[in-house]
Amino acid sequence: MSATVAPARRRRRRTHVLVFLAPAVVIYTLFMVYPLLDSLRLSLFGVVDGREVFVGFDNFRLLLGDDLLSARFWNAVGNNLVFFAVHFVVQNPIGLLLAALLASPTLRGRAVYRTLIFIPTTLSVVIVGFIWQLILSPLWGFVQTPLLGRSSTALITLSLMSVWQYVGIPMLLFYAVLISIPDDLVEAAYVDGANDWQVFWRIKFPLLLPTVGMVTVVTYVANMNAFDLIYTVKGALAGPDFSTDIMGTLFFRTFFGFQLQRGSSTMGATVATFMFLLILAGVLLYFFGWQRRVETYEL
Amino acid sequence: MATATTTARPHSAPGAHHPVRHQPTWRRRLGAAMPHLVLIGYTLVALAPIAMIVMNSMKERRAIFSEPFRLPTAETFSLVGYQTVFERSRFELYFLNSFVVTVVSVLLVLLLGSMAAFALSEYRFWGNTLLALYLALGIMIPIRLGTVSILRLLVDLSLVNSLLGLILVYTAMGLPLAVFVLGLFFRQVPRDLKEAARVDGASEYWVYRLAMPLIRPGLAAIGVFTMLPIWNDLWFPLILTPGESVRTVTLGAQLFLGQFVSDWNAVLAVLTLAMLPMLALYIIFSKQFMRGLTQGAIK
Repeated sequence: MSATVAPARRRRRRTHVLVFLAPAVVIYTLFMVYPLLDSLRLSLFGVVDGREVFVGFDNFRLLLGDDLLSARFWNAVGNNLVFFAVHFVVQNPIGLLLAALLASPTLRGRAVYRTLIFIPTTLSVVIVGFIWQLILSPLWGFVQTPLLGRSSTALITLSLMSVWQYVGIPMLLFYAVLISIPDDLVEAAYVDGANDWQVFWRIKFPLLLPTVGMVTVVTYVANMNAFDLIYTVKGALAGPDFSTDIMGTLFFRTFFGFQLQRGSSTMGATVATFMFLLILAGVLLYFFGWQRRVETYEL
Repeated sequence: MATATTTARPHSAPGAHHPVRHQPTWRRRLGAAMPHLVLIGYTLVALAPIAMIVMNSMKERRAIFSEPFRLPTAETFSLVGYQTVFERSRFELYFLNSFVVTVVSVLLVLLLGSMAAFALSEYRFWGNTLLALYLALGIMIPIRLGTVSILRLLVDLSLVNSLLGLILVYTAMGLPLAVFVLGLFFRQVPRDLKEAARVDGASEYWVYRLAMPLIRPGLAAIGVFTMLPIWNDLWFPLILTPGESVRTVTLGAQLFLGQFVSDWNAVLAVLTLAMLPMLALYIIFSKQFMRGLTQGAIK
């Protein structure tokens, strides 16, 4: 057939491919790839006399070397890792428990539970932030301690608010895996004398592990550029005393400036570059440290 | 039917020792009720805060504090909060803006994403794999990291404070995942069908149109995945479209909440208003929503 294809038809085929691909590639390149690369470039520039000049790694040296800036930076990195750790430790067990209960074949009303439990995930982070701010407000009096007002509890409280919102996603992903496990496999184990507990940990859990890894890396990336929740509840200064400051809020303040601090595009780009490196490190760790070691089973 | 399988299990395994059968009835009943207790408990955790907000938004101020858990009665019913919202801000305009941005962005992502995915999965051409990889990079890298340069770009294009600017950024943000996932769906469209159409003299555009209905589950999944973060986003509206006339609901609510923080009636009303559209949409389409998400998750 290919021998009979006329040159004209072949060329037309090529225009098709171009028409199909060009719009997506152009928009993606212009509004995503170019800005990302340009941000990386900007992190190597500084403003001297109102003009942008190449300064090498000066911005990075400033961010890590200056006493105040580096304290803020490491504080934000640490807080962000705590933010992620709380997600990891809390959302996986809860998501797993809910998914396992939902996937049990004798359960009635599963669709209702699933739909209702997923509702918080559909809300905007701004709404979630304010809902909890009101619920936790000592004015309303359900909680007497100002959990969001103390630097010792604010970050953990905010992390848990975020878990409350997003736990529906791991639940749903785990659930999707659990219901795709063939009945024969489970039945065979029961016939061999395994109990529910053994069936879960020996058969279902290994099949869930790849999804646990995927959920974890997606959560990590989302957490590393989180911003909305902290900004909504605590403002750009991420108080009290920067105890809830994460990379996203640090980036925002560095770029736009806040109170006495003046905003800087190039320093903002530098913080963004660090965020990029942190995300890259996490993703690479996932691909090489986890995904390659966890066995994936074809069902 | 579901209960039949569990009671049948001990019979199918006569050799296996099953302690369940010797347990007293009340313990077995408790065992059967346990999943429901846990699920109802967690459903309450997920919904109670939302219900509190909606319920109290329709009460007069004193009742909000004196009896927060009671539904509004004839005496305590009051819509003063909603009145404040519509008198003091242009919420109907914010809704319209959010609606336009979300709908246009999602449609663009679905259209351009499916076109690119079709081309990548249908035709072999030089650089196909490389281009697919290039487009997939954006799945893991958050577009927010390029914010400094996105703002500069939009300033150069005079697209700051314009809904079009926001739409283009969101389209770029949604495309990588759309191209990747829709490509998986396109690959499952039977080859015979496309070849038959080609033999009948159909153009490639027609073949694409023909394949579209067959990937509907994929389109639904991507539609959901794309819509939620766009409607709920605070970051880009805050930075790219802070102007009053182009404000989105999420940003509008955030600013209003900051301004009226001590007016609990107004705050509760704004929260209810801002979450209502997504909530209504979600509950109406929950079945399709869940199917789309679960299917997208398995991919």
